[in-house]
Amino acid sequence: MNALRRHRALSRIWASEPGLKGWFTTVNHTDLGRMFLFVATVFFVIGGILAMLIRAQLASPRSAFLGPDHYNQIFTMHGTIMMFLFAIPFFEGLAVYLLPKMLGTRDLAFPRLTAYGFWCYVFGGAMMIFALLAGIAPDSGWFMYPPLSSTIGAPGINSDFWLIGITFVEISAISAAVEITVTVLRYRAPGMKLSQMPIFAWYALVTAVMILTGFPPLILGSILLELERAFGLPFFQVAQGGDALLWQHLFWLFGHPEVYIIFLPAAGAISTILPVMARTTLMGYGWIVASAVSLGVLSFGLWVHHMFTTGIPHMGLAFFSAASTLVAVPTAVQIFAWIGTLWKGRPVMHLPMLWLLAFFATFVIGGLTGVMVAIVPFDWQAHDTYFIVAHLHYVLIGGFVFPMIAALYYWMPHFTGRRTYFKLGHAAFWLVVPGFHGTFLALHWAGLLGMRRRIDSFAPGQGWEAINIIASISSFVMAIGFALVLIDVVVNAVVAVRGSRDPWGAGTLDWAMPTPAAPYNFASLAHVTSRDPLHEDPDLPVRLARGEGYLGDPTRGRRETLSLDIASGTPRYMVVFPGNSALPMLMSAVTGLFFLGMLIKAYWLVPISAIGVIACALVWVWGLGRSTTEGALPVGRGLSLVPATEVPDPPGWWGSVFLLLANGTFFGSLLFGYAFLFTIAPNWPPPSYLEPGALPLILVLMGAGLVFFGSRLGALMGAGAALAGLVLIAGTSLPVLSQSPDPTRHAYDATVWVFVGYGLLHCLVSLLMWSVVAARRLSGHSAQTTLGAMRVARLWSDYTLLVALLSAAAIGLPGVLT
Amino acid sequence: MHPAGPAAAVIAQLWWVLLAGATAIFLFVAALIALAWRRPPGETQERRFVVWLGLVFPMTVLAALLAYGLVVGERLLPRATPDLVRVAAEARQWDWRFGYEDAPGRETENVLHIPAGRPVDVAITSVDVVHGFWVPRLAGKLDAMPGHVNVLRLEADAPGRYEGLGSEFNGAGYRDHRFTVIAHDEAGWQSFLQGETP
Ligand code: HEM
Ligand SMILES: [Cu+2]
Ligand SMILES: [Cu+2]
Repeated sequence: MNALRRHRALSRIWASEPGLKGWFTTVNHTDLGRMFLFVATVFFVIGGILAMLIRAQLASPRSAFLGPDHYNQIFTMHGTIMMFLFAIPFFEGLAVYLLPKMLGTRDLAFPRLTAYGFWCYVFGGAMMIFALLAGIAPDSGWFMYPPLSSTIGAPGINSDFWLIGITFVEISAISAAVEITVTVLRYRAPGMKLSQMPIFAWYALVTAVMILTGFPPLILGSILLELERAFGLPFFQVAQGGDALLWQHLFWLFGHPEVYIIFLPAAGAISTILPVMARTTLMGYGWIVASAVSLGVLSFGLWVHHMFTTGIPHMGLAFFSAASTLVAVPTAVQIFAWIGTLWKGRPVMHLPMLWLLAFFATFVIGGLTGVMVAIVPFDWQAHDTYFIVAHLHYVLIGGFVFPMIAALYYWMPHFTGRRTYFKLGHAAFWLVVPGFHGTFLALHWAGLLGMRRRIDSFAPGQGWEAINIIASISSFVMAIGFALVLIDVVVNAVVAVRGSRDPWGAGTLDWAMPTPAAPYNFASLAHVTSRDPLHEDPDLPVRLARGEGYLGDPTRGRRETLSLDIASGTPRYMVVFPGNSALPMLMSAVTGLFFLGMLIKAYWLVPISAIGVIACALVWVWGLGRSTTEGALPVGRGLSLVPATEVPDPPGWWGSVFLLLANGTFFGSLLFGYAFLFTIAPNWPPPSYLEPGALPLILVLMGAGLVFFGSRLGALMGAGAALAGLVLIAGTSLPVLSQSPDPTRHAYDATVWVFVGYGLLHCLVSLLMWSVVAARRLSGHSAQTTLGAMRVARLWSDYTLLVALLSAAAIGLPGVLT
Repeated sequence: MHPAGPAAAVIAQLWWVLLAGATAIFLFVAALIALAWRRPPGETQERRFVVWLGLVFPMTVLAALLAYGLVVGERLLPRATPDLVRVAAEARQWDWRFGYEDAPGRETENVLHIPAGRPVDVAITSVDVVHGFWVPRLAGKLDAMPGHVNVLRLEADAPGRYEGLGSEFNGAGYRDHRFTVIAHDEAGWQSFLQGETP
């Protein structure tokens, strides 16, 4: 079979459907990556327009252009859109598009999940934009502090859009994170050790794990606040044992890692692009990996620096101040390793390099002002002024937007298969970068002169006029520059001439394919033995196209790829991916109805759509099963491997492990919140604690025992025992709730209800999983092909029993002890 | 920044130190980058960049800075002193009410009276949403949290009027959520306590 026939055969197997239908049914990472990037860019434009409105309003004193009610919606939505609907999804898009290509594989671990996440993002984002256009957008600031954002300060529907819309969008972050983690760990080119991964993959891995552990506190906070708003559960109302500080902790427990979740992917792009621009290799690969990991870890210990003015005890301040300055160290390691890389090589001033220089100039200043505000006494002065606004834009635009534009120009030949042609990009650069510094350098000073952030206008005569007019004019220059970048990209994509395959002379596998990328990425998978396979073997692309790697034979007519051992990169089994399907979009639409029902308080819609989601999920899962075994099949280069349906740790098991990591963090945050209220909130103890009797205790323990030991008895017996155990566990919620009938009485009762609700939800999920396992066996699936599914179900039911025991202890102990 | 009290003065001095240090570091990094183009390519020591510049250099700078910050922080703490005055601030949308330990039952609205030249502890709380208490020329800011009381130490060197601001976004009336601090001389303070001059 020659290269062209192989290309045709593989394209038939992997391509999305043609025409409009293809948009809604595609599960291909190249398409979805592009769609993610496109939609995120649209949100950047919307957020940018809002920024222009802000600067227009603040250009002169006593401006009457916008009143406070509009202004408050505009700055809140600007922050919210930029953080949640632009930055994070842009990273997801880039990773979705690039990772499989850089890792030398054919798609992400869970193609349909990619599509599901994408549509959740689109629908959730659309909700937010609707609120903006209808003039009922959230208006309490992007960190939504209650009680201002709760029913006391915001009785309208505005806050609900934020809490529900953003939670909906976060589904896409979590699913992308699960996917990225499993892909990096298990789906690479055969032979590629962890230590040989492209550096971007390391950054993506760290970022993804941070999303899994960083977003759950926010999701929990949003759910609790929405429960307070909709049903009066008083988590943040101090009179009934709640505490507004709880929200601040949960929010910043997310919010600080979020900053690094935004920065690390950009750092990944820099570490990839910079050595290529300097025509050398990255200095200190190991050091950079280590510092990315330690940034990830450290960033979870810093959240309190956003709360230095809330009356945190003195020792706490000292600790978090120290931790916050410490985080500058791994950042410095990366910066100096990059500069060392420049020294090592012979840097060339291509457009991506120019943007990287803008990154250095801007981000270093942002980092230095960051260290300043980590010093508590200074923060007491700068907090909530324009100094902070300036600082955060130096970090976010300097540390994310500029590197992403560098990435855009670097990978543009890859996206389009064309050479960058016009020189518009240089003009744009010289508008954006000086415009940026003109805007925000000046605003530092306004902050020091006492200009508070979030004021909708200011009085003349405070020395602020000149600064603000300079900032506003510069910001319009910057905006014109950004518009030029977009025009440049579009023009280049449409009219530029076809370019060569590897225009920059890079060594990573993303350039080892024809561009624009074919739907199957690689006609056969490379065997990788070094960090820069393309430098090692410049003929690699040709040999891959000729089918000399793994899985070059398309005759089985299905989407096949390989899964590897995590550390060594030895191939372990073959994975067959599902094909195009509208199911992900349908399921996310139904998920959207669920959130919509909550939003407009049409509570009848909620259970109906929940059942709809379950139905979709069952169809989805059922389609992945296989009733008979195939045994080991040849995968090329003399190797034979069994398919994933016959192994004990299929991709779904790995996905579950990381989803449970996020889920466990969610539960951990709930325990943290409960402990926080218990110890810190005024107005504790509640009027009464639960008095746990012996009966519920026995029920829980019996249920837990059944689930744990029973589920190890094989598929059918295991399913039976697990089902019985789960029903017992679920049953204990009745006596518990009968003792705490009114969740609005006190934050304690409200928490009890949340524990019970969380436990019941997990009983239901595990129950459904075991039912699927039992149904597969009963409908004739072999024991071998249900093994993986059974282990997934066991993972979830074990988690459920752990949750049940911990919840029982948490809500029962105070009553026992007092 | 026109500090008019010891706390604000210390913070202002801190700022000038920070600015000088940051500028120096920025210029240093910029020079390093520019040099990459100016020098012939050749052996570059990984150790020098990663270990010395990446690890040792920031650690030393940060340790020094942190120590300085903590010392400054100590000086701002509300410590017990004999001539301490205690007042209370209660925030609401969009209003401030102040009470005085030395004049029980006395309440002023949107005007806080203090004696000049004596340390004052303000006990800050809120009755509705989160607010911030900030007198830029006298001290840093501290939030008013519903259900909690936070104590801020401030001191005015000289008698006079100082502008106070709500410094945590609190909804539609945020811009004009202000108050005035009047620092009296000793005689004025006594007569205020007696209920004479408002
Ligand atoms: C395109 C150029 C941009 C301009 C001119 C701009 C301007 C501004 C201004 C003036 C504010 C302060 C509003 C106020 O406090 O009243 C603000 C707030 C903010 N901006 Fe931007 N911004 C830009 C881009 C971005 C980007 C790219 C991000 C994030 C990736 C971002 C994130 C934020 C956040 C989080 C806030 C705080 C919102 C809040 O206080 O709730 N901005 N921006
Ligand atoms: Cu932070
Ligand atoms: Cu604040």
